[in-house]
Amino acid sequence: MIKPRKRMRYDGVVVAAPASTPYERYSTETAHWWIAKALRQSIKSAGLAPRDIDGFSVASFSLFPDTAVGLTQHLGLVPRWLDHIPQGGASGPSALRRAARAVQCGDASVVACVAGDTNHVDSFRRMLSSFSRFAQDASYPYGAGGPNACFALLTDYYMREFGVGREDFGRICVSQRDNALRNENAVMKKPLTMEAYLAGREISDPITLFDCVMPVAGAEAFLVMREEDAVASGIPHAHISATIERHNAFAEDPIQMRGGWEMDIDELYGMAGHGPGSVDLLQTYDDYPVIVMMQLEDLGFCAKGEAARFIADKDLTVSGDFPHNTSGGQLSAGQAGAAGGFIGLVEAIRQVTGTAGATQVADAKRALVSGFGVINYDRGVCTSAAILEGVS
Amino acid sequence: MVTPLQKPPKKNPQVRTRVPTLPSHYRSRSALFMAATAAEGRFMLQVCAEPDCGFVQYPARDACSSCLSDRLVWQDVSSRGKLIATSTVRTSTNTYFRERTPWRLGTVHLEIGPSVMCHLHSEVAVGDEVQLINRLDKSGQSVLLALPLEKAPLQEDDMQLRELTCDPKFRRILITDARNPNAYALAKNLLEAGVSAVFVGEAESWRPYPDRAKLESLQGVELVSLDVTDTSSVQELAGEFGGKVDILINNARFVRPGGIQGRGDVSFAMDEMQVNYFGMMRLAQAFAPAMAGRSADGVNSAVAWVNVLSVYSLVSNPGFGSFSASNAAAHSLSQCLRAEMVSSGVRVVNVYCGPTEDEWHQPLPPPKVPASTLARELVKALQAGLEDVYVGDIAKDIRRKFMESPKVLEKEMTSLEAL
Ligand SMILES: [Zn+2]
Repeated sequence: MIKPRKRMRYDGVVVAAPASTPYERYSTETAHWWIAKALRQSIKSAGLAPRDIDGFSVASFSLFPDTAVGLTQHLGLVPRWLDHIPQGGASGPSALRRAARAVQCGDASVVACVAGDTNHVDSFRRMLSSFSRFAQDASYPYGAGGPNACFALLTDYYMREFGVGREDFGRICVSQRDNALRNENAVMKKPLTMEAYLAGREISDPITLFDCVMPVAGAEAFLVMREEDAVASGIPHAHISATIERHNAFAEDPIQMRGGWEMDIDELYGMAGHGPGSVDLLQTYDDYPVIVMMQLEDLGFCAKGEAARFIADKDLTVSGDFPHNTSGGQLSAGQAGAAGGFIGLVEAIRQVTGTAGATQVADAKRALVSGFGVINYDRGVCTSAAILEGVS
Repeated sequence: MVTPLQKPPKKNPQVRTRVPTLPSHYRSRSALFMAATAAEGRFMLQVCAEPDCGFVQYPARDACSSCLSDRLVWQDVSSRGKLIATSTVRTSTNTYFRERTPWRLGTVHLEIGPSVMCHLHSEVAVGDEVQLINRLDKSGQSVLLALPLEKAPLQEDDMQLRELTCDPKFRRILITDARNPNAYALAKNLLEAGVSAVFVGEAESWRPYPDRAKLESLQGVELVSLDVTDTSSVQELAGEFGGKVDILINNARFVRPGGIQGRGDVSFAMDEMQVNYFGMMRLAQAFAPAMAGRSADGVNSAVAWVNVLSVYSLVSNPGFGSFSASNAAAHSLSQCLRAEMVSSGVRVVNVYCGPTEDEWHQPLPPPKVPASTLARELVKALQAGLEDVYVGDIAKDIRRKFMESPKVLEKEMTSLEAL
């Protein structure tokens, strides 16, 4: 048995240049197009040029037959460090922590991390049927198609196990819609009331329309670079206090009631030097509200099964006492494929660098971002999280 | 409560017949073993064969998820478990399910370890102890369905279960050969299973045969003119009845003892091929397209094509060597028919029968298959939704040996001792 060693901190490395494209319901453009759009925006906002990018990290489902390699030639990048992150909703913090080590160790000076996908009229259905081998063999043939079935089942279990009602989930969805109304890139433009939430069209019991994200096209990007370079160039930036990542945790659980965060939060907060109570805002992965509740529990905000009660007396909006998914999250901004794994992180960078504009949380200094991805069969396999701290 | 199946009304010729759609047929090659075992209605999972492991895997893997060994062995295992979560699908990205909503699915925690996602019978509810069955769906691939532990009243009428079976209830059957000594037993068992009509094909109606009066006496049986060796006869009947056949049972058979050298000429061999091989081809060319077009046609949709084959289609029985060869050809053709029918969802069922209790097998020692046993097993297989059925002790014995080693079986069947 080999004991894990204490990890090095991310001293001297910062994250900067958050970029988000507007999201579109359907697009005739390709993933390459969307990725280029976010990348250009990010690089430009830092006052850099493409030739300054010597590290490149990509997350996307719809690049086929290309990978990050094909993109270098397509986009004319000449990186000396290249990564492809197939972690879906967990890809943001995972891309960040890899890039941070590359910069820290000198393998690259500026890493551009980008996630994006297109959404053609029939691409979502096609993507679902070939998503993973286990999904193809053992979940897709059962009717719901894609993650709706898995999340319906675990939402059903969660509700009965912990006595949670649909209104509890509704609180999350309604507050995120409020936040999305401040985000001009979001696809959802109309307010959502609790009544409308509860009256949402049935999808797969107990999941209804407003529990589900809308697949869209879009892209998100950020840069990871040396702190001295960011300071010298006057680029707004944030420190990386801690990150974690875990895959296929708790495989022995008969149905997913917790994610890999639970295995690693002591290390997360240990490295950051503070607990969950010290963060100013939280960005969770929110493809369905039940998974938001699991993150609240597994990230230590409350005990297992207590999330509904925890949020009951909290205001989750931008101006509330517990700002959560401040750009509207995927539930209201849309799920742009793998960019759904970046949306919370990119928004968190804006928040702690004070550049969030209309969604800015007052005095936001510390943000916790968590990712959850890849419903490989019956549960999400990848989990990740990162704590960012602004420079005062 | 199961909603009792309603006898379908007469078809309205003005209404467009629903075009068949299928659930997803994509599977990994490892998962095809689930389909192979579903064909016989078995519930098998991979178990790690490492002595200190024994971990049960699901979904199908190529290496053990506990110890990384590649020694995964498919084994019959307990299919019992607890239904821990359920959902009712109201809308789906898949057309097949979209047309059949609401559709129930669930998570069953098996007592042997893994959790599985499965279809649900209407009689099971969350928290119930259930048993899973492994069956082929309309795409011809394996799926799991949770049934109650105790058989429910009208259990077979459940819509989701009926999608996986070929239950003859309220369906119309064509039996191709009235002269086969099994025709009466088949018709009788099918009528008892609740079919709407049984058409029985009769060649050369002027030539008498023992069971004719008995067949005619059965309420619901209609004798129709059909000679599987005559292309125009087959086409004529298909023209008249093609749109009314929901299950076709090809029991036409020509059998004589003998192999190659004892016969002296090929005339019996040609008769065997005419009936056993070309007969199937003629029937398929005439009836299969209409059946394929009606596979999503409600309660009495076209659902199965049954070939009654000899188990010696798998390995030669030299005493009936030429007959065996014609059945090997028919068996191969049935596989081709399966491939051609898979896009329609109509199942091609092969019944592998041991030596039957009839005049041509008279000198053979027992065990032989009586017509009543064949008929009972065939109907049971349709109700259970099987694709491969082995009838009689000899057929089951040959199956086991064939699965173990076709070559060892050949050595056994062709040894001096066997002759
Ligand atoms: Zn093992």
